[in-house]
Amino acid sequence: MAKLEITDLHVSVQTDAGPKQILKGVNLTINDGEVHAIMGPNGSGKSTLAYTLAGHPKYTVDSGSVTLDGRDVLAMSVDERAKAGLFLAMQYPVEVPGVSVANFLRTAKTAIDGKAPSIRTWVKQVNEAMGKMDLDPTFGQRSVNEGFSGGEKKRHEIAQLELLNPKVAILDETDSGLDIDALRVVSEGVNRYVAQGNRGVLLITHYTRILNYIKPDFVHVFVDGRLVANGGPELAAELEAEGYDKYVKAAKAGAR
Amino acid sequence: MSTDTAPAFVPGERTEIASHLHAVPSWDVTDFPVPTGREEIWRFTPLARLRGLLEAPAGEARLTRSGSVPAGVTERIVTGEQARTLAGRPPMDRLAVLAAARAPEALHLDIPANAELSEPVIIRLHGEGAEQTVHGSTVITVGAHAKALIVLEHTGSATYSAYTSVVVGDGAQVGLVELQLWDDDAVHTGQTSVRIGRDAKVNAVTATFGGDLVRLTETTDYASTGGELVKHGLYFADAGQHLEHRLFVDHGTPRATSLVDYRGALQGEKAHTVWIGDVLIRAAATDIDTYESNKNLVLTDGCRADSVPNLEIETGEIAGAGHSSTTGRFDDEQLFYLMSRGIDEVEARRLVVYGFLSDIIRRIGVPEIESHLIAIVEDELARTIGAPTNLDHRGPDTEEN
Repeated sequence: MAKLEITDLHVSVQTDAGPKQILKGVNLTINDGEVHAIMGPNGSGKSTLAYTLAGHPKYTVDSGSVTLDGRDVLAMSVDERAKAGLFLAMQYPVEVPGVSVANFLRTAKTAIDGKAPSIRTWVKQVNEAMGKMDLDPTFGQRSVNEGFSGGEKKRHEIAQLELLNPKVAILDETDSGLDIDALRVVSEGVNRYVAQGNRGVLLITHYTRILNYIKPDFVHVFVDGRLVANGGPELAAELEAEGYDKYVKAAKAGAR
Repeated sequence: MSTDTAPAFVPGERTEIASHLHAVPSWDVTDFPVPTGREEIWRFTPLARLRGLLEAPAGEARLTRSGSVPAGVTERIVTGEQARTLAGRPPMDRLAVLAAARAPEALHLDIPANAELSEPVIIRLHGEGAEQTVHGSTVITVGAHAKALIVLEHTGSATYSAYTSVVVGDGAQVGLVELQLWDDDAVHTGQTSVRIGRDAKVNAVTATFGGDLVRLTETTDYASTGGELVKHGLYFADAGQHLEHRLFVDHGTPRATSLVDYRGALQGEKAHTVWIGDVLIRAAATDIDTYESNKNLVLTDGCRADSVPNLEIETGEIAGAGHSSTTGRFDDEQLFYLMSRGIDEVEARRLVVYGFLSDIIRRIGVPEIESHLIAIVEDELARTIGAPTNLDHRGPDTEEN
């Protein structure tokens, strides 16, 4: 079972001019096996939602709640959220010089399972996951994200998704900067994850391109810190044709 | 946290260099008066914590020596006078000159010409307690075209000052590893002088983790043309520790190279590290190439990292000369990334520091040194990261979670 419930979430960040509200009441429920796409213009707060769910210290939750299978996510530390089953594939994965991918993956798997994986099956699993992502077998010896191309970073994120197999995956602009081949490889990885049937996906994107590969069950339009329209895949087609203008203007009018 | 970077000093048309950066080397104790602490070469060092080493009389105390000397290497005890005739660059400060002058004897190891050692030369020096003041003197001579790995390891505790000289013959290839794995209360000072023969190669590694105060002067000079120095260093200072590495590379011959890269991590109240990287390029040192780098990672508040690279350049006819120094705080984004994969904060911190230090280790290129250092770093981090930094956290009863 996997149910992520976001209720009336208000989030702000500290700026030089004082706190600035970014999320202004987000409501969203993701059930087992559902793929939700959140689409919106730059600066609308999509990534803030992703990082808030993962627990980045930069963001302050002013009100609202987030639960995963009924458990209070906001009360958990960053690592506890991951152990509870949340995974964030980041738009800009961080370099950790000197820490090998192999060491990193083993440490993460051990932390999430609460015990070290059996060496033999684990090495096989890692090699398979890397292979599916078109990553070279020597990849495990490289430092985490250091010197990776943009595409390698994203494929590494999805390899982690496959290996750590969380309950709910948040994919923050995983499609940005990917060429068509990498986009296909990454999408196939996400689709394999979804095909398990009892996993949830929150796919955050600016473009409709990735939705040709990953079919969302629900599409939401995100403008000015909240969801302003909800629909099915047809909403993505509409956004593709007409852009976000209509929604941005409506949000501005509403703010006045 | 602080960074102190002095500008490069470029003198004019002079062959003799008057410099505040380095003294004229000498075996004569009277050439080095007791410092006040305000002198350039002493200003970072807390003299009161030297436990009298600046004026310590000669004594009979010694560190306990063990280790292994492979077949073909000769080992003998010589007088101070004999050691001086075998040694390279003489002492550069009072601590080193006292060590050379007041050591009860000197150890001389000789690796004969053309020898290719399959086993490392290991010298383990162990101190029985900080209350004991010890002067030590060691000279290692490596014959022409010999190949050797030399490991000098310090453990236990002492109030110790040493003069060590490694004289590398023409065409020889030497790995030199100096490990300071002291207990909490040790004081260790002195100088290691490396002299590199014609077209010889030295791959040197210094790792300092233990000790209340460690102040090491590490000098390199070249007996002839074409010598090559690669020198890596790592250090980790915990609360209250003062770890100071003063490097001096004296390029006085053509076509030699030096590449120096040190990394340090600091955590806890009054953890203090000092890294001085002086490079002198004399007029005769045409076509040399030198680069020095120091990076420090500050893990908590209350630490201080001083990092001062200096280049003195007497000739512009060189292949290259540069340096860099950075001191940065622990990167919260790295922490977040690792924790977002389920890794708890302590483990994540340990991984980041491990990565930072092992990034240097993997550049060393000698597998047996690399694996030894990795084990030392892992042990150090297991004991120190995650343990409270305001307590004596190096005790044997410290538990890791």
